[in-house]
Amino acid sequence: METVQQLRDRLAARFPAARVELVLNPGVAAEHSLRLDAALGRDIALFLRDDPALRLDYCSNVTGVDWPDKEITDVVKTTVPDPAGGPPKIVEEKSVHVQPGCLEAVYHLYSMSLKHGPVVIRLRTGNRADAVTLPSLTPVWRSCDFQEREIFDLFGIVFAGHPDLRRLLMWDEFKDHPMRKDYVEPDDYEWEPTAHGAVLERAKAHQLAAVAGVVDPGQSSANPPKAAPGSTTPATTAPVKEAKP
Amino acid sequence: MLGSGIINGLIVTAKNFVGSYHDPKRMVTVEYPEQRTVLPENYRNFPFLISENATDPMGTLRCVACQICEKECPPQCIIIEKSKDKKPDASGKPQLYPAVFGIDTSVCMSCQICVEVCPFDAIKMDQVFEIAATDRFHDLFLTREKLAKPNSYYHQIHPTEAAEVDGRLNTERKAAEEKAKAAAAAKAAAAAAKSVPVAGVADPGPASPRPATPIQPASAPAAPATSPVPKPQDEPRSSPAGEGGPANPAS
Amino acid sequence: MSCSDFNDLDAELTAFGHPGGSSVRAVHDQFHGDLLEVSMGPQHPSTHGVFRMVATLDGEQIVKLKPVFGYLHRNHEKIAENTTYLGSMPYTDRLDYLCSMSTNWAYALAVEKLSGQAVPDRAQYLRIIMAELTRLVNHACLVGFLFNDLGTSFTPLLYAFREREKIIDLFEALSGSRMMCNYQRFGGCRVDPTPEWLAAARTLVENFPRFLDEYERMLTGNEIMLARTQGIGRLDPAHAVNAGLTGPVLRASGVDYDLRKVDGYGFYPRFDFRVPLGAQGDTYDRYMLRILEMRESVKILVQAFRDLPGGPIMDPKAKLRSFRPKAGEAYGRLEGPKGELGFYLISDGTPNPYRYRVRPPSLINLTLLEEMCLGHTIADAVVILGSIDIVLGEVDR
Repeated sequence: METVQQLRDRLAARFPAARVELVLNPGVAAEHSLRLDAALGRDIALFLRDDPALRLDYCSNVTGVDWPDKEITDVVKTTVPDPAGGPPKIVEEKSVHVQPGCLEAVYHLYSMSLKHGPVVIRLRTGNRADAVTLPSLTPVWRSCDFQEREIFDLFGIVFAGHPDLRRLLMWDEFKDHPMRKDYVEPDDYEWEPTAHGAVLERAKAHQLAAVAGVVDPGQSSANPPKAAPGSTTPATTAPVKEAKP
Repeated sequence: MLGSGIINGLIVTAKNFVGSYHDPKRMVTVEYPEQRTVLPENYRNFPFLISENATDPMGTLRCVACQICEKECPPQCIIIEKSKDKKPDASGKPQLYPAVFGIDTSVCMSCQICVEVCPFDAIKMDQVFEIAATDRFHDLFLTREKLAKPNSYYHQIHPTEAAEVDGRLNTERKAAEEKAKAAAAAKAAAAAAKSVPVAGVADPGPASPRPATPIQPASAPAAPATSPVPKPQDEPRSSPAGEGGPANPAS
Repeated sequence: MSCSDFNDLDAELTAFGHPGGSSVRAVHDQFHGDLLEVSMGPQHPSTHGVFRMVATLDGEQIVKLKPVFGYLHRNHEKIAENTTYLGSMPYTDRLDYLCSMSTNWAYALAVEKLSGQAVPDRAQYLRIIMAELTRLVNHACLVGFLFNDLGTSFTPLLYAFREREKIIDLFEALSGSRMMCNYQRFGGCRVDPTPEWLAAARTLVENFPRFLDEYERMLTGNEIMLARTQGIGRLDPAHAVNAGLTGPVLRASGVDYDLRKVDGYGFYPRFDFRVPLGAQGDTYDRYMLRILEMRESVKILVQAFRDLPGGPIMDPKAKLRSFRPKAGEAYGRLEGPKGELGFYLISDGTPNPYRYRVRPPSLINLTLLEEMCLGHTIADAVVILGSIDIVLGEVDR
């Protein structure tokens, strides 16, 4: 099979409008990947599947990766000649810029008919908040069906053109995306109390709150909430005594 | 013939049915509480702490409270608090000891990673599996006192492994002892007058079925380790000074 | 259900290029019956765990079937990203809890690919021994469960469990635990088997074909089984490849894709064995394929016991604590008993993986469940699900 570099050149020739980048893998495995232009992602995927030299008919693994915003400190060194005639001074200028985060879908492609692979392709969203749409590759490889649903569920990438884009593992009413790096566990369920540590403290806070009749999800574990008279906040499943109005 | 496949199958089941009356080997189950199978030597369930001496388990814990197992434990079921003072270990070197050592067995998954990462051979896998209890917090949270079991117990449940560990520890301790002696001799030669040799080291004895001679560091300080007052077993967060010798859980 | 619903269904089915759409429509037009939605699971015993299928029935025929997942979801991947590389190893036991040895190996394989860790020869052989013993356990139990689904309450399953018991007793004697073995390490295995263990395992393997003969005498010719499985849940190879099905389900459709041959991971290229293939792709082929694979596994095991070299079981350079692979990524995969089991890891040079992903064969093999069940009855859907071989610990992770 051709190398990833050759494949990149071939794709660039075949799809001149698309931007195809080579992503080097610095690790020992050295499985380099191709970052495709999201707009033309499905066309390139169809080409990869049907090209007689590649015939990547089997999409093994589809996964999401979350790259949060990253602060990068740039240090620029400038040499300032000393007006007094001494040796020139080196002045360091530090500037912090934020590398915008994104969500990424990674596809591992193999060929079952030609028995080669993998070719790793990646698609990137514009950001992590509103531009999170990528083209779905389920019409190309049916095996992406559940895996793209899982990414939609756990990472929040919206796959345009997916025939049945619903949450896969979490329940439909669930709001957040648990596999994102900045995900914070909601403090709204009853804790299975462990006999030590922070979990026990949170569990105790919830138990106290349940006894008092009110559960405030945003309440910190340190101060159990006071029973607000007449509050109708639904409590946890623990036996609840209604505070008298 | 239609139906011959079903009849063949029935012949197989009939053979096994009749066979189980003739050949005890074909009975594959045992009546559990009355009959028991022999546990294999490698069987593991829940960790325990090794103490050198059965009579004084709290004073002779091998654990030096380095907290590596606490960090490495995948479900985070170990809790350790370091002591404030130091006590001599089996080779006489003053070491920290765990003032609190607890394992939440309702969280522990017996994966043995604490045993593998322990550099002091202080924590090993037990073979208990009948620990059903009524109070999850009180009975299933094993404290230091419940966890400490003597080296002889370790030899009893994992004889091969224990012999290997003891052999390794003995060579290490001998080497340390000789090094200390050499250092002391050099010191003595250098400063002819006042140097006091390092305290004699007790040898736990290689792979002995039970340590008959209690390990008493010769230069035991006015130690809480030898306090005769036994503490009640159910006091997990006792102060570091409370170094009683409660009843040995293995006995 | 109105006719407009059917238009949706037609569109949905033809979107995947499935021909069933129009025939379903024809059946409905002929009888004008009402459709009935049946929710099977998550507590139904035939769904092999907490799996749920929402089936829409026209009379007795399934016209639509949607699998529902997530009842056993514990976000294994998130847990693994918050613990060390070694700390995830015991959790991998709990993915496919029938086959913890091969799941361990898959994870170790991916980490070794990520870090470039070498594995000594003896450990490679031991890994193959454990993986093939696991395959015997899995396939024997699967056949038992399949017959449970067919309605032979428990007899074949107990015969399988009798043999499984012997194998997991061996696992217990070696690794200390019957199912949660936690045996593989990055760069080798954890415990070296004693000569007695090897002798016991060799005896077991040598006697295993006798069990298979007995099992087959009891089951294979059974006319009820033949009537219930032949031609049921047929799967054509092109669809199976496109849907990413792997393992015995794929090979029963006649696609020659076995990672032990294709990737040649471990020391599998040193072994002489064949890859059985099915022709029809129906439930019967999937059953027979498991029996044939068990016979091939026995062949591999016999060779492994014969050639097992001496030497260390851990690479001396392997690190247990403070294991930090170089930044990079790797996708390691192997032929698990249920299909391609892969682990995708991204390292950023810290002790915890930046991204940890399990490619679960059980989940992806369910992709075509609906297509396989269309036009069959609920009772057949149970059998088809049984022949796919899922474990919910892995489906939901």
